[in-house]
Amino acid sequence: MARFIIRRLIYTFAMIAAMSVFIFGLSRAAGDPRFLFLNEYTTQDEWEQWGRRMGLDRPLIVQYGVWASKAIRGDFGVGLRDHKDAMEVVWARVGATLQLSLVAIVLAVGIAVPLGILSSVKRGTGLDYMGRIFALLGQSMPGFWLGIMLIVIFSVYFGWLPTSGRGGLSHFVLPAITLGWGSAAGLLRLIRSSMLEVLDSEYIKFARSKGVNQGKVIWKHAFKNALIAPLTYSGLIIAGFITGSVITETVFAWPGLGRLAVDAVNNNDFPVMIASVALFTIMYVGAAFAVDVLYAIVDPRIRYD
Amino acid sequence: MADVAAQPVGAFGQPSRRPTRWRRLWRESRRWPVIPAAIVVMLVVAAVFAPLLSPHDPRKGELRDRHEPPVWLAEGTSNHILGTDSLGRDMLSRVIFGSQISLLVAAIVLSGGAIGGTLLGLVSGWFGGQVDEVAMRFVDFTYAVPFILVALVVVIVLGQSLEVIIILLIIFSWGGFARQVRGETLKLKTLAYVDLARIAGASTGRILLRHLLPGVFNTVLVLVSLQVGSLILTVSVLSFLGVGIPPPTPEWGGMVAEGRSYVDTAWWVSVFPGIAILFTVLAFNFLGDWMRDYFDPRLRQVSLFSQ
Repeated sequence: MARFIIRRLIYTFAMIAAMSVFIFGLSRAAGDPRFLFLNEYTTQDEWEQWGRRMGLDRPLIVQYGVWASKAIRGDFGVGLRDHKDAMEVVWARVGATLQLSLVAIVLAVGIAVPLGILSSVKRGTGLDYMGRIFALLGQSMPGFWLGIMLIVIFSVYFGWLPTSGRGGLSHFVLPAITLGWGSAAGLLRLIRSSMLEVLDSEYIKFARSKGVNQGKVIWKHAFKNALIAPLTYSGLIIAGFITGSVITETVFAWPGLGRLAVDAVNNNDFPVMIASVALFTIMYVGAAFAVDVLYAIVDPRIRYD
Repeated sequence: MADVAAQPVGAFGQPSRRPTRWRRLWRESRRWPVIPAAIVVMLVVAAVFAPLLSPHDPRKGELRDRHEPPVWLAEGTSNHILGTDSLGRDMLSRVIFGSQISLLVAAIVLSGGAIGGTLLGLVSGWFGGQVDEVAMRFVDFTYAVPFILVALVVVIVLGQSLEVIIILLIIFSWGGFARQVRGETLKLKTLAYVDLARIAGASTGRILLRHLLPGVFNTVLVLVSLQVGSLILTVSVLSFLGVGIPPPTPEWGGMVAEGRSYVDTAWWVSVFPGIAILFTVLAFNFLGDWMRDYFDPRLRQVSLFSQ
């Protein structure tokens, strides 16, 4: 187990390193970084001076090393827009994103798990159809459009809920539905299909023939084993969740990391952009690592190698 | 009369009534994905014949006619059936033209993704060892990074460029194909017919393309059909965020974004393109699920781009 965790940790750091090489490589492929700061009135002298100051006269691998070691310490430079430390700007937004994500995850799991189980146990009934329609809609509806529709209906037409921003409890309702529905949909389908598979297996039939009651069969025998499929695809589910939070925050003007990243792109604010992508990446691989460990605990059949 | 085995039990367990002609037709239509297929055919027709079908130029608008409501509302006119946007452009024409770019991008990305990913999977499964290791770590990387972050980085570094986004979408879609094809290749290469082909003097390239490729073809086909929907959704998300297809081109996600600021007065600008996305993705998802059940029921829904 310890070896498995260490292996996963190494893998996680390798992913972060790969992402950093990707970002650095792209930013150098795009052209001379001096163009971000200098304009057409710069003299040749100033140009070279800036080059030395930014270390551009050194080999590329050294430049990467300098950049990466700064990045590890959280130094991504100063934001081009409000001239504050990029990491500080980004850090201030993390709380809002985590808060919304947590509400949406609770909502998604709270809907997907019971509905997925019911859908599989009562296969072919009206309830199953409802669950499947809910899932299909969630996977086919563009999240940004769902958000706008919710605003049109519940904020503009009925005037029940606020259109945007962060505040009291009522501010959470629409963004959490927007973010939660898509994730719930994927989760529900995975749970339903793997529950159907498990319910059809011999050991369930054996438990039933022994006279174990329905509730116990479903929760203790079936559901625990059916959890493995959703955990296998957890990486994709988390990735979907990150995409969803970027969209949701943009639609609802939620002051989180996703909206900051999109704003930074629109403002050409390179340091803030890179800092927020870095933080997103770390959150993502961190979550994936946590789920992997959970996976190993839930399923003892996983070989730790 | 239909045979007893085909007699379905009604949704809530009551036995169904005597099958009339319409009921039989309905039951038959449920076996084949008629409605999704019809939607896809309509989309293709709309994309191919967009200039003939749309009543107005999707890029030119009359500012006088801006934010005209759809025809069924009080101030709507039959000149603009779905109303106009903030530049006075005809919504119906823009929605029709929007099908072009969505289908085009999906076709390019999925053909590039399927071909590249299949080759990668074949090579990596066949040769194993170092080649396999490098290929699979690369696939791990593309799986480990949410595509949206990649797209944002690319756009801020290189500027908004459809070509670069398409190339990256292709590269990042290899993983799904490569993993599945690699698995199948590992299974297939132990079979006797592959050894016999080699004994008969077939070259490695010939074995891969003539003897293994047909064996994985169904899987690849199903994977493609499963990904169309989520890919179209991804492209619309990117355009909505302003990092996908640049503005003058009518694209559904971008159109929803344009209407966003006016949802309180002109909701139709955002609503109709979104409905177009919804039905397109629904149809492709239905077809994909059906294809999987028909050709390769063991495959689970795996999509890199799902929201």
